[in-house]
Amino acid sequence: MTEPNREAEMGMSTDLLETPPDSTFAEYDGQDDLDREIMTINIGPHHPATHGVLRLVVDLEGEMVRELRPVIGYVHTGIEKSCEDKSYWKVIPFVERMDYVSYFFQMEAYCGAVERLIDLEIPPRAKYLRTLFLELNRIHSHLVWLGTTALDLGAISMLWYCFRERDKILDLFEMATGQRMHTRYFQVGGVIEDIPLGFEAKCRAFAEEMPIRVGQYEDLLDRNEVFLSRTKGTGIVSRERLLELGVTGPLLRAAGDPWDLRKAFDYLAYPELDFKIPVGTVGDNYDRYRVRVAEMVESARIVAQCLDALPEGPYIADDRKYVLPPRSELSTSMESLIHHFKLVTEGYRVPPGEVYYSIEGPRGELGCFVLADGSAKPARVHFRDPSFVNLQSFREMAVGGYVADMIASLGMLDPILGGVDR
Amino acid sequence: MPDAPGLELIRGEIDRDCPGAVLATSFDRAQAALIVDPERIIEVLTWLKDQPGHRYDFLSSLHAADYLPAEPRFGVHYELINRDRVERVRVKAMLADRGEEQPEIDSCVELFPTADAQEREVFDFFGIVFRGHPNLTRILMPDDYVGWPQRRDFPIGGEPVTFTYSEQRYD
Repeated sequence: MTEPNREAEMGMSTDLLETPPDSTFAEYDGQDDLDREIMTINIGPHHPATHGVLRLVVDLEGEMVRELRPVIGYVHTGIEKSCEDKSYWKVIPFVERMDYVSYFFQMEAYCGAVERLIDLEIPPRAKYLRTLFLELNRIHSHLVWLGTTALDLGAISMLWYCFRERDKILDLFEMATGQRMHTRYFQVGGVIEDIPLGFEAKCRAFAEEMPIRVGQYEDLLDRNEVFLSRTKGTGIVSRERLLELGVTGPLLRAAGDPWDLRKAFDYLAYPELDFKIPVGTVGDNYDRYRVRVAEMVESARIVAQCLDALPEGPYIADDRKYVLPPRSELSTSMESLIHHFKLVTEGYRVPPGEVYYSIEGPRGELGCFVLADGSAKPARVHFRDPSFVNLQSFREMAVGGYVADMIASLGMLDPILGGVDR
Repeated sequence: MPDAPGLELIRGEIDRDCPGAVLATSFDRAQAALIVDPERIIEVLTWLKDQPGHRYDFLSSLHAADYLPAEPRFGVHYELINRDRVERVRVKAMLADRGEEQPEIDSCVELFPTADAQEREVFDFFGIVFRGHPNLTRILMPDDYVGWPQRRDFPIGGEPVTFTYSEQRYD
């Protein structure tokens, strides 16, 4: 069997789309007005292509987007306010539910901020375990993005392939933490439990398999004519403008700016790991896709390195004023029982101060601001969510293009509305 | 982060160009902060953004906090990054509680377009008015909502759900 002629296939498409000048409707009166009429339509909040409860109020001239107003707030649940009524350790499961696809990142941002407030150093094993789970979570988040966005662009099979691998990550999460989503695995001081027997082998197998799977996704998409024509050259915003708009993460890197907080600021085990920062050149939707796909391969490399270099030792800090004592000590040690009781009932008090701690989430800079007033509850917890800030660039991606390109841009922007609205 | 002496050097340079604009500095938990006169916040932000050799030109986050019962009560935080030196500095403007009147500060949207949505969020939750903001409306809470929910004296829970059917229309 001969190889199909890819070049010829790739060249065939656009001729068919360009219809010859149409004279059929020339005799209609007011045809020009009909074309030029600005029509305001409402997309969402409940619409599969808006990836959550995002409402878009769009002014259309024919099929061209002339103005766009995203309306958000439909899933605002007041999480930041609720956090002020919980003791520090009870806030962790709350913040996970903001950006519900990258829950490990929310936990790390919050726990890291509190650790900086109380000046608590986490043991090396905890650093590596956290890095490991963050990178698994990054792959998971990108898989959800790739599956749903490719679905928007007509590549339905991608959803099943991506969610197949996502399920393997969720199995790993379940094995180590007991939960598939919203795991509450990170604690102030480290992680709640060590990884179980058998986890390492399973995780290593996944890390070896993932780059092969990513290659398969690329085979499915990189020569897909529909996918290419809908992503190449659409949704371009210049690098300077993205910086002005505060856009970070894969969107900025796709425009050619190698800005990644994992490299820029030292946190967790990242300074000791070897990984690359993929960047794009043009900054169109295709580059955004390429950057995220390359990031998945890099994340799989980080996961493998974390397993290789995983240090022995404790997985949580030994400061009994902030960290729960081991369960086994409770029946023999009075001190431990007192600490346990104190931590579970009142929680620990955090000396007054404020900290802003930011990490590189799957969508960009994820920052957490915690204000402590000396009591056992935070006085303010604020999340700088990358989806919320990145969404501001959506208008410039979409205005002047077709409605179909707007849907492609929104998918490539990858907003998680739980994180936008908090 | 600039270290503590580095922060004082930056303060010294700002003092030379805009005397009296920086009220204090703080270096706490390895994080540097400049506490700035709220009336002159744009002056200081412009200096930090444009000054050759400094160029803190990326606003990564703008948020607010309520320091009740301290006075001045509200703090507006600007987290700036110098991407060349990979340094962060926090600029903080403290606003006094004015009772029924809302606290006011100049908007920095022209300087940092990214502040648009974040200033609206601060307005939405704290009732801090950003003078000169192009579209200062509620962003996450409903348009017809009454009250500033993230203030510390706003109660948690027991909030009755009301519908007035008078939200903003787009037509």
